[in-house]
Amino acid sequence: MVYFDHAATTPMLPEAVAAMTRELGHVGNASSLHASGRRARRVVEESREAVASAFGARPSEVVFTASGTEADNLAVKGLFWSRRAADPRRRRVVVSAIEHHALLEPVLWLAAHEDAEVVELGVDSLGRVDPAELEAVLDEDPQGVALVSVMWANNEIGTVQPVSALAAITSAHDIPFHTDAVQAAGQLPIDFAGVGATALTLSGHKFGGPPAVGVLLLSREASPVPVLHGGGQEREVRSGTLDVPGVAAMAAAAAAVAADLPERQRHLAQVRDDVVARVPEVAPDAVLNGDPLLEPEHRLPANAHYSFPGCEGDDLLMLLDAQGIECSTGSACSAGVAQPSHVLLALGADTDVARSSLRFSVGLTSTKSDVDALVEALPAALLRAREARGRARS
Amino acid sequence: MKVLAALSGGVDSSVAAARAVDAGHEVVGVHLALSKSPESFRNGARGCCTLEDSRDARRTADILGIPFYVWDLSDRFKDDVIDDFVAEYEAGRTPNPCIRCNEKVKFTAVLERALALGFDAVCTGHYARIVETVAGHELHRAVDETKDQSYVLGVLSGDQLAHAMFPLGYSEKSEVRREAAQRGLLVADKPDSHDLCFVPDGDTAGYLRRHLGDRPGRIVDPSGADLGGHDGAYAFTVGQRKGLQLQSAASDGRPRYVLSIEPVSATVTVGPREQLMVGAVRAGAPRWCGPVPVDRHIRCRVQVRAHGALMPAHARVGHDGLVVQLDQPTPGVAPGQTLVLYDGSRVVGAATVTATAA
Repeated sequence: MVYFDHAATTPMLPEAVAAMTRELGHVGNASSLHASGRRARRVVEESREAVASAFGARPSEVVFTASGTEADNLAVKGLFWSRRAADPRRRRVVVSAIEHHALLEPVLWLAAHEDAEVVELGVDSLGRVDPAELEAVLDEDPQGVALVSVMWANNEIGTVQPVSALAAITSAHDIPFHTDAVQAAGQLPIDFAGVGATALTLSGHKFGGPPAVGVLLLSREASPVPVLHGGGQEREVRSGTLDVPGVAAMAAAAAAVAADLPERQRHLAQVRDDVVARVPEVAPDAVLNGDPLLEPEHRLPANAHYSFPGCEGDDLLMLLDAQGIECSTGSACSAGVAQPSHVLLALGADTDVARSSLRFSVGLTSTKSDVDALVEALPAALLRAREARGRARS
Repeated sequence: MKVLAALSGGVDSSVAAARAVDAGHEVVGVHLALSKSPESFRNGARGCCTLEDSRDARRTADILGIPFYVWDLSDRFKDDVIDDFVAEYEAGRTPNPCIRCNEKVKFTAVLERALALGFDAVCTGHYARIVETVAGHELHRAVDETKDQSYVLGVLSGDQLAHAMFPLGYSEKSEVRREAAQRGLLVADKPDSHDLCFVPDGDTAGYLRRHLGDRPGRIVDPSGADLGGHDGAYAFTVGQRKGLQLQSAASDGRPRYVLSIEPVSATVTVGPREQLMVGAVRAGAPRWCGPVPVDRHIRCRVQVRAHGALMPAHARVGHDGLVVQLDQPTPGVAPGQTLVLYDGSRVVGAATVTATAA
């Protein structure tokens, strides 16, 4: 089996599995006052410190959630509500056109239900937001903006955004800046203090932790209105009993990744560069989407995203799956139906190009022989997919 | 063989796929998404292609241990089935969208894509039999007459049949449900779907009104006497008795039926049941299903609607279509309906009704 869908989820690191299995054997609610509770609390707080240290934050800035999606919802809705409560003129939510659905949908919900006004920052053909455009948007009506949110790196095409510059522009206007860094964690160095963001989203299972554990790094000045109400366990902004084994496992993964990030980066880039070097040999008309500069400042080291003209991504996915090669069309699903990717459409691609795309995302377990298998299976798959699309159009 | 099993999420296609797996084929399950914005849940027997159906199809594939994908056929379904359905009603005809779907979507778009992708056949849960003979592939009525679906497959060509697989053709429905339960398929008790899948509330007239708007016209008797008005002729079908909302009762006090619909002036003619009776039917050029008949005069039985009766008839093949003389006149044959010809249990061909006469 060749697994090239690490951007969807990547295997748990041995350190994370060890931490999780260790904690699964213990009883204890981190909010309880007795010895078992104190023990659980200690694990949570040590995990908090490990996560903070791995991502350049202070422990008090770490808010555990049950997913990246929940963290995005808390950031976007929570900051919108608190900012607008302080000044009703603040209706605008400024986001890039290529945000993940976990960010985009809460923003659209605010527009539909809370009278928010969505301001979309366009991207160039490589998927990059222009800081000057943000500057112009904020200058136009600085009093009217509730928050700005631009992802650290794009999940489909891997383009890395100039988040430091965007955060600096935003904070110069005294406006909170959030970034969804779910795809960046484990691939790029993330320094919450250094980047100057108000809030930052992470998801455990994208960097070797378990699924269903997320984090919102939240600066101490920010006080979003909670989305989940209850016991107020996490800084009174997030309620719900903490998942001690999950939190411990994610922290273990975060620490492991931070300890030797450059080495991990090199491995990811090596396999990915092999994909980028060899796919065009067997598919000369394949188009690499996103930034052609492969350095990690420009593009996620694990990401290769192609359009294969004349093919349906769905067909290619199925044909490669039959050969034991797992990849993704990289786009959102409803009932499993792939919609043309809003990311590719935002780059200026037409629907056909958007539907002809596949994402190969490599991971720490990927090897050169995985790439060998891909380039061996790809030509026959392309031939059949092209034929299928040709017949569908005739 | 490499077989693509179309999985609707219902019991029939699930058991059909299971039998294809048992027969030793390499089976891949595909759910056809026919709507861009599917409903979340099924509402009893109404509708299909909901998210729930998609999940049921996926669970069937899980249990059978076969790969599963969803194919988005919503554009083809809209162009070839829904738009055609609305246009046909607009033109005063009575279409059968299930036939159109089999012809254009399942056994053209899906089959062609499957063949190109390296599959040998498409397997569905239709109740019909494919019989391979020296002369080619023949389509026959199902063993379970009450479930027979050869009528809605009558438009398929021999080539299409050569790449089709209907594993339920020799089974009774009750047997299929029992088998589904034995196999542990979770859909064993799921109700059969009825009516039009794209009209989930079952209100076809309302659906057409939303698409076509109000098109008021008159309701007249065969002599031309005005009996009242209506908001759209598309809400009527030939043979309809209920819901005519006539202002005056017939002079003879007998029920009246829709006899014909004239779309340009939106005139609906109603009259007594005997004027509904059709003895002769003219139809367009036939599509032969399997071997092309040599004789121009065919003694056959014909069926004019899904689950309708088989009626003995003579068919004459002319250069511009078929002329069919029924042994016994029958009510409710209307332009737009598909007429399927049978020789015994075998489907000979199909053609679209263009005109009728007593």
